[in-house]
Amino acid sequence: MHIARNWRVKKQRYSLHGEICHHCGAKVFPPRDICPECAKPAYDPLQLSGQGEVYSHTTVYDAPAGFQHQAPYALALVRLEEGPMLTAQLTDVDPKEVHIGMPVEMVTRKLSVEGDEGLIQYGYKFRPRMMARAA
Amino acid sequence: MRDVAIVGIGQTPVGELWDKSLRQLGHDAIRAAMADAGIEQADALFVGNMLSGELAGQEHLAALLADFLGMRGIEAAKIEAACASGAAALRVGTMAVASGMADVVIVAGVEKMTDTLPAETTAGLALAADQEYEVAEGATFLALNAMLMRRYMHEYDIPHSAFAPFPVNAHHNARGNPNAMFHMDISPARYEKAPVVAPPINVMDSSPICDGAAALVLVPARRAAEFGSGKRIVRIAASASAVDTLAVHDRGDPLFLEAAYLSSHKAYALAGVTPADIDFFELHDAFSIMSVLSLEACGFAQRGRGVDLGESGAITLSGRLPITTLGGLKARGHPVGATGVYQALEVVQQLRGDAGPNQLAHAHIGMAQNIGGSGATIVTHILIGED
Ligand SMILES: [Zn+2]
Repeated sequence: MHIARNWRVKKQRYSLHGEICHHCGAKVFPPRDICPECAKPAYDPLQLSGQGEVYSHTTVYDAPAGFQHQAPYALALVRLEEGPMLTAQLTDVDPKEVHIGMPVEMVTRKLSVEGDEGLIQYGYKFRPRMMARAA
Repeated sequence: MRDVAIVGIGQTPVGELWDKSLRQLGHDAIRAAMADAGIEQADALFVGNMLSGELAGQEHLAALLADFLGMRGIEAAKIEAACASGAAALRVGTMAVASGMADVVIVAGVEKMTDTLPAETTAGLALAADQEYEVAEGATFLALNAMLMRRYMHEYDIPHSAFAPFPVNAHHNARGNPNAMFHMDISPARYEKAPVVAPPINVMDSSPICDGAAALVLVPARRAAEFGSGKRIVRIAASASAVDTLAVHDRGDPLFLEAAYLSSHKAYALAGVTPADIDFFELHDAFSIMSVLSLEACGFAQRGRGVDLGESGAITLSGRLPITTLGGLKARGHPVGATGVYQALEVVQQLRGDAGPNQLAHAHIGMAQNIGGSGATIVTHILIGED
C-alpha cells in the first residue's frame, strides 16, 4: 500500500481511534462517516481501550506477500470490550495456546514489510492480556 | 417487465487449462452457447470476471471478447463482484432483457487463475476482502473462512467430521460431469485425514484454483420458441441480489449470511415459491462452512442444524434437497468469476433433462446462489422449466 494510504489510517491503526454515534450510541471501529447501526451521518471520536477477547481464530501458514517472514502466525477476530470486532494478528503467544474467549489486549507491532524498498507497516496486534484489571 | 428465458448454454471443461488463454476460454464457451441457441449475433455481452486485471494484466475484458468473437458494434461490459461476478453478470443480463433494453443477450463468466504463481493468485483472491482492515492485518480469504468455521463448531458444538458429507457429495457428483475438474470419489475417512491448511479448514474443505468459462443466451420468454433446438425452455423466475458488510468483523452475527437470507427471500417472493418448492440447489461451496451457512440463511435448515442435511443424505442426488449436483465449487471447480454462470448453466442442464448420469428424477424448480467474498455480495436465481 502506498505511503499516503497508510498515513491516512494511522490514528486507527496505531491507537484504535473509533467513533461513537450520537444518534444511537453505537460504538464504531474502524471510523466511517455513516453509522452502520442507524445509517445516520453521525460520528464523534472515541478512544477504544484495546481490551477484548478472541471471538474466533486460525493459523496462517500460507502467508500473503509482506507477511511471509512471520508465518505461521495466529490470526483472530477480536471482540473489543466496547462492542466492535476487528481482525488482527495475535502475538507473543503459541498459536496452539489460543482459544475462543481468551482475553487479549492491543499492542503496536510491525504488521508487514512491503516491496523492494522494504516499507514497513506498523499497526495493532493483540497479545494475551498481561495484567489483572482493576474492577 | 418481460419474462426472461435461457435458450443457450455453453461451457469449457474446468481445470488447469494451460493451452487456453483468457480470450480463448471466453470464445469457446460463448460460441458453444450461441450454437446451442442457434444465434449468429447478439445485442449485448455481459462478462462476469474477477481477476483478469490482477492476474492477466487485462481489463476491458468484455470489449476484448466481443472483438475476438467478431461482434464489433454490440454493447459489452465486464461485471465485477468478486466470486459473485458470474451471477452478478447474469442479473445484469436479466435486467437488460426484462426491461426491454435488449432482446438477445449473452452472459459469460470467464476466469484464468493458473497462469500465475499460487501466491499471486491467493493475493488476488484477497482483493475481495477489506484491504485496510482485513488484508493489511494479515488475513487471507482462507483464514476468514477458517475463523467462521471454528466459531460455528464452537457455538453449536459440532465436530469437524460433521462437514464431511458436503465434499464427499460434491466429489461423487463430479464423477458424472465430464466438464468437472475432479473425477475421483473421496471417503469420509480421507476427508478427516486431509492436510489442514488453516485450522480447522483442511484441503478437502476448500475449492480448487482453476480456469474455466461458461456462457448463457438470454431472450424474452415469449420469443424463446424461436431459438434453440426444441429443448425445454427455462425461465428465470427470480433474480435477486443483496450486499452485507465487506468485512466479516463488521457483521453483528458473522454466522448468519444476511445477504443470503435477503437475496433468497426476495427470490422466493418473486418466483412465488417457498424453500419447500425448490427441487435442487446449486449452492456456493467454496468452503464447507459456506454450504452450511447458505442452507441455514436460505431457510432449508435451522441455525446450527445445516450439517444435519449432510448427515441425513438430503443433499445427495436422491435426497430431499440435492445440492452441487454436478460437483459444485469443490469438485467441478471454482474459476471464481465464472462460477455463478456455471451454477446457472448446471441448473439449466438439470431442468432440460441433460444432466447425464446425474439427472435428477424430479427437476422442475432449481435455485443457484453465488457468494462474493466471505458473504458481502450474494446473488440468488430461481429457474423454472416450462411445461
Ligand atoms: Zn447510529
